[in-house]
Amino acid sequence: MAVVHSAEQEVPFYARAVVALPAVLFAWLCTLIPAVSSGEAVKWSVAWLPQRGIEFGIFVDGLGLLFALLITGIGSFILLYASEYMRCYSQVGRFTAFLVGFMLSMLGLVLSDNLIVLFVFWELTTITSFLLIGYSHEDAAARRSALQGLLVTGAGALAMLAGFVLLGSAAGTYSLSEMLEQPPDLGAAPVYLPILVLVFAGAFTKSAQFPFHFWLPNAMAAPTPVSAYLHSATMVKAGVFLLARMSPILGGTEVWAETLSIVGGLTAVYAAVVALTRSDLKQVLAYTTVMALGVCVMFLGLPIESDGTPVGVIAAVTFVLVHALYKAALFMVAGTIDHSAGTRNIRLLRGLRKAMPYSYLAAALAALSMAGVPPFFGFVGKELLYSSALESSAWGFAVSAIFAANALIVTAAFVVAMSPFTGDPAVTPCEPHEAGWPFWIGSLVLGCAALLAGLFPGPLYEHLLLPAVASVAGQQPHYEAALWHGFNLPLVLSVLTVAGGFLVYWKRAAALPALSGLMARLPLTGDRAYDALMSGIARGSVGLTRFMQCGIQRRYLLIVFTTMGAALGVTIWLKGLAQLPSQLPRVSFVDWTLAAVIVASAFVTMTAKSRLLAICGLGVVGAATALVFLRFSAPDVAMAQFMVETLVVVIVAMVLLKLPSFREEVRPTGLGRFRDGLISSVVGATVALVLLAVSVDHPQAQLSEYFNSNSVPMGHGRNVVNVILVDFRALDTLGEITVLAIASVAAYTLVARHPRRRLRPRATRAEIAPKRAASGKGSRA
Amino acid sequence: MNTLILREATRLLVTLILMFSVFMLLRGHDHPGGGFIGGLIASIAFCLLMFVSDAPDVRRLLRAEPAAIGGVGLGLAIAAGFIGLLVDSSPFLTSKWLVVGGLALGTPLVFDVGVYLVVVGAVLTFVLGIAEQ
Repeated sequence: MAVVHSAEQEVPFYARAVVALPAVLFAWLCTLIPAVSSGEAVKWSVAWLPQRGIEFGIFVDGLGLLFALLITGIGSFILLYASEYMRCYSQVGRFTAFLVGFMLSMLGLVLSDNLIVLFVFWELTTITSFLLIGYSHEDAAARRSALQGLLVTGAGALAMLAGFVLLGSAAGTYSLSEMLEQPPDLGAAPVYLPILVLVFAGAFTKSAQFPFHFWLPNAMAAPTPVSAYLHSATMVKAGVFLLARMSPILGGTEVWAETLSIVGGLTAVYAAVVALTRSDLKQVLAYTTVMALGVCVMFLGLPIESDGTPVGVIAAVTFVLVHALYKAALFMVAGTIDHSAGTRNIRLLRGLRKAMPYSYLAAALAALSMAGVPPFFGFVGKELLYSSALESSAWGFAVSAIFAANALIVTAAFVVAMSPFTGDPAVTPCEPHEAGWPFWIGSLVLGCAALLAGLFPGPLYEHLLLPAVASVAGQQPHYEAALWHGFNLPLVLSVLTVAGGFLVYWKRAAALPALSGLMARLPLTGDRAYDALMSGIARGSVGLTRFMQCGIQRRYLLIVFTTMGAALGVTIWLKGLAQLPSQLPRVSFVDWTLAAVIVASAFVTMTAKSRLLAICGLGVVGAATALVFLRFSAPDVAMAQFMVETLVVVIVAMVLLKLPSFREEVRPTGLGRFRDGLISSVVGATVALVLLAVSVDHPQAQLSEYFNSNSVPMGHGRNVVNVILVDFRALDTLGEITVLAIASVAAYTLVARHPRRRLRPRATRAEIAPKRAASGKGSRA
Repeated sequence: MNTLILREATRLLVTLILMFSVFMLLRGHDHPGGGFIGGLIASIAFCLLMFVSDAPDVRRLLRAEPAAIGGVGLGLAIAAGFIGLLVDSSPFLTSKWLVVGGLALGTPLVFDVGVYLVVVGAVLTFVLGIAEQ
């Protein structure tokens, strides 16, 4: 199954039609804006697991609505873009399904009212992200990146689930809306710190914070629409969303504020530096995404000011929108460049502005917003970042981190959006051309949105951003949004940022190698640590497998029976046998005879000199056991036993012909024989003891009474065994048949001959050698 | 083993055993039997057939991949669990009954048919795998 085809195919009808889904959802969400901005939250729920207090609840407040609008709005353009972009890939249907699946899971994540439901959607986004990163599954690098993203974010999510359970039990509810209405006072509780650490683990891995940032740049192995959507505009913001959501519940403490500021600040500066050392357009964009996420995390940690204006939160929420608009646009442009010029390498791309005018326009709009040039929305965002950083208590750290990150981002903006388009045209692998309208319409609209939002920030803040801030800060903020705040310190810093960034861009020939040298000297990166961990786990499991799966049936049985004997023995030792029957029940002559037959044939099996005799001995043991079941009125069990015995004979008879001869020396001698005998006796004696104890002190007496009396009225059946199997305890049976089905398929793969080998006669070595050489050449060509 | 007598007898026996297995499946709720035992009996019928002919012949008679039969059975058992949910939103695997005259038809029967198919599928997947080696 080749995923990448060189020939372009027709766009399937459904790939275009599916764009309507996010568009309709977007329109529907827009109708909720008036209600939400007036302070109401729209709620809807249905009982899911009422016994555990879990409701499948949807809860639309300011924060959820902002994210939901981003997801559906950008999602519409991404799906449109993907329908065109994926023409040179195969299996577009699968791709579209994954992408839509992701979109709906992400929507569920930001709108869910219940911690457990949120976790489920969170994991669904992880899984769809895994499928989308690994979409080109023939590519080993893509497979590795997909697995890395899955493991890093999945591990964080599991920690987060533990944190949610702790939080749910500490707060007494799993409902987010209830928690937000009456925030539980957890600050001093001993469970606060564990909750915080676990929730941070989830948020930091998902939002690629240092030191877990490395999976995000690797995720760029995904097709570009995926990078634009999941790994810049929406999914990676889930961590930021979670922190914002949790801020009224867990925030407000020093640990909260300091962890977020330090981790976020460090991530922002580090990622901004690394971004400039990359030459792949998508890599540059990925690192600037990490930087943006760091900025959002950092500003969520800034404490609310004394005058009641949560400037940090306003800045963070603004920056989420600023970033989503310009980053999705730039990613789409990068994909378009790759599509039409055949490369994403910045060093090879120059002078595309004539060939791709619309893309140039879109890129320029987005990049100006990214650089924070007035009157773009990015300028508003940057002003806010500076003014809130200046007001924070640790203003020195905050301002310098933001200044450094922002200046480098300005450089990155120029690198990404200017250098491929300006200058003299260079020779690229393909003749660059402007692609069809679905390619540039999305980025152009998003770029224009960034301009409009900057020109008219008032209504945007009033209806969308301030309600979101209100649900994070827990209060209605008073804030007058404007493009122009007069000559003040933030403005000066803003001007300095753009100037500094442009200076680095101007002198990039000298500056960038210096940065690369700096980065190369880092002793340990997350990526390398991940590799070391993975190979450590692989080595460990190889060792364990070699020990456990030695291929010697005798040792397997040894392990199984020793474990079973030990488990039963320890239980008896710890709990003691309540009581053993004072006297054995009366046993009839027939039963004694059966017992004698079983013992005698077991002995025959043990000492048999031929395999056939041993099998016959075992068969007699089985048949006699079945007769015992029959004697104690368990005809169902007896029948099943007979059937299994028959089948065992059939299977063994088939296998028998293929086994090597039954050699005497495979049997242990001396000490080994003594050991085996000891284990068998101990296991036999323990099982006998347990059975005797069970026959006296019947803990399930009530149960069997219940089954007996309810079998006919409730189960409509007189065969209690069967009613239990298919009705009273049907879930157990379902588990058993699932295991049976899986085991048979697994066994089949072990015994069956590989179909390919059967079709082709075995070639000699001389025949293979030239063929290999030829095919090697063929694949390289 | 492949004698004329066995071959001729098998033609009759396989049909009889398969009918018997269905009989065991259906009587299971009131008398000894049920999906598990019925499935084992049916697999034995196919094993008998395999002795007198060969594995491809058995596959032809089955008309479906044994693993697929098991999968259908598992799906049927799971689907039976959801019937209660559809009828009156009761939890997974709650039994629902339809009493027609003196005959009670219910979701456990569907479930048991699923068990029967899984057992047939699982045993034959394994046995045919060995036989084709």
